[in-house]
Amino acid sequence: MNLAGVWHLGVRYLRCSRAKTILLVAAFSLVWFLPPSVAILVRVGEQVLQARAASTPLLVGAPGSPLELVFNGLYFTKPKTPKLPFEVVEEIQSTDFALAIPLYARFASGEHRIVGTSLDYFAFRKLEIANGRSLLRTGECVVGAEVARRHGIRVGDAVISSPEALFDLAGVYPLKMTVVGVLGANESPDDAAIFTDLRTCWIIEGLGHGHEEAALAGADERLATEGNDPAIRLNASVRTYHEITPENRNTFHFHGDLDALPITAVVVVPRDTKSQALLKGRLDGREDLLLVEPAGEIQELFATVFRVQGFVMALLAGIGLATVAIGVLVFLLSYRLRRAEFAHLRLLGAEPASLAALVVFEAVFVMGTSLLIALTGLLVLGKTAPAWMGTMLG
Amino acid sequence: MIDARDILFAYPAAAFSLEISALQVGRGETVALVGPSGCGKTTLLQLLAGVEVPQSGALTVAGAEWSGMTRAARQAHRLGRIGLVPQNFELLDYLTVRENILLPCRLGSALGAARDREERCLSLSERAGIERHLSKYPGQLSQGERQRAALCRGLIGQPELILADEPTGNLDPENQDRIVALLLDEAKMIDATVVMVTHEPSLLPRFDRALDLRDLCKKEVGV
Repeated sequence: MNLAGVWHLGVRYLRCSRAKTILLVAAFSLVWFLPPSVAILVRVGEQVLQARAASTPLLVGAPGSPLELVFNGLYFTKPKTPKLPFEVVEEIQSTDFALAIPLYARFASGEHRIVGTSLDYFAFRKLEIANGRSLLRTGECVVGAEVARRHGIRVGDAVISSPEALFDLAGVYPLKMTVVGVLGANESPDDAAIFTDLRTCWIIEGLGHGHEEAALAGADERLATEGNDPAIRLNASVRTYHEITPENRNTFHFHGDLDALPITAVVVVPRDTKSQALLKGRLDGREDLLLVEPAGEIQELFATVFRVQGFVMALLAGIGLATVAIGVLVFLLSYRLRRAEFAHLRLLGAEPASLAALVVFEAVFVMGTSLLIALTGLLVLGKTAPAWMGTMLG
Repeated sequence: MIDARDILFAYPAAAFSLEISALQVGRGETVALVGPSGCGKTTLLQLLAGVEVPQSGALTVAGAEWSGMTRAARQAHRLGRIGLVPQNFELLDYLTVRENILLPCRLGSALGAARDREERCLSLSERAGIERHLSKYPGQLSQGERQRAALCRGLIGQPELILADEPTGNLDPENQDRIVALLLDEAKMIDATVVMVTHEPSLLPRFDRALDLRDLCKKEVGV
């Protein structure tokens, strides 16, 4: 029997027992695929996180977890990060040692983080507007490339902030924001974010609002004017605005001092090494602030991840060995079941070498196919992981 | 076609041994081999097929002296000259009936051109009455149809010698008759010699000769 004959009989046998073949191929594909994929994902993850961290010299936040601050300031996760007052930005700026970029990454629209910041952020991250224009007025937003792609958002569309608690009427304000620009793809968490100015974020939080002018409101909506007090107090029936338009923009206002309003982080970009050292010296000892170097924090995080990865790899190797053992058992049982078939083929005139080839065909086919699938999967993973992990690790 | 003289065969780990002083079967002759279970009928067929080789004596089958040949040479000779029909059909479940019939052609390249094989397969299956089942799998056939398919497989290479090991053992009388008639008719068409093991006395008159293996082991039997 020539190779074509072995191939013909082998393929026909595998086709006939396709359920068993598919299961074996799937199991072995996972055995070959999983351990290297874990290594690839950890390596790419480290590269992605480290690249963003390395490009962010210093981060300032309120006292708390340094890692939480890094994740909020760089990847826009951890929205419950402790807040610090906006005046810190002005304080850092006034030292003349660094550029201070405020970030308020607390609210979201669906699964996308709404990031309140200044225009300096776009220049710092080298984010370019692919369509439309940059932020000019309160109530406008610019969406990342991934947000636009996933939801089909274009310039002129609107994005609504998600309420934090459905029944908390006095809580976070669902604000409709007009999309004025779409960012070009950056393969970073910026792709999945919605950028707006700080004032818009504060309005979402309910720290600023717009409503019908008191003088125009009907008598029922006024509660009282007490004595000589010129203040007009309005009850809850007065109409508040959920969208900032040219017509109602002037009615939006903040109660209290703007400098005391919250942000979650400040990206600090020192002018030079000396400025960085001086600034660190000035801020390091402050009890009301937390100063971190993101690259160091990420390095520390990955030192832990690598230790865990070792355990995971050992576990996967154990599972892999068990799967291989079960696979070998399946092949041996298969050979045992087919012994009569092979004896008859030999009787008909098949050479021992052809029968041996037929015996190993199943194993070679299953191993070869599963290796091919695993290698293809690993190649695809290696090629695509940097892009989607860059966006996803936000 | 078959010439055996003073052959002795014993399985290494068994008490059983087969001794035949002389056996000659001529070209085109049809022989029924009878005898009680365990007397060595299947062993004799395996010796004739070249699967086993006698420890002593001379055995020539279809022009080849088995003891002077390697296993590979015996297999190649068997594939080209001898057709085998087993008792339990031994059809491969994962091949269609057509592929099963053509299996010996897959195993050896010396069995004619592909087109001739296909034509032979079709005409054989038509005469066996299983042409409608060629694309079915053995599991979809009755016992009789499966045995006819196994018989077609034994005949596909137009062998000079057909060795059949109780091919009617699992069949009802009607199917027994049909299988033996088909076997003998096809053998006559290609002038093949037939040696068939059977336990069914009613089939013996259809053969040129009936040999009892117990007699064969004691005295010379010849033509």
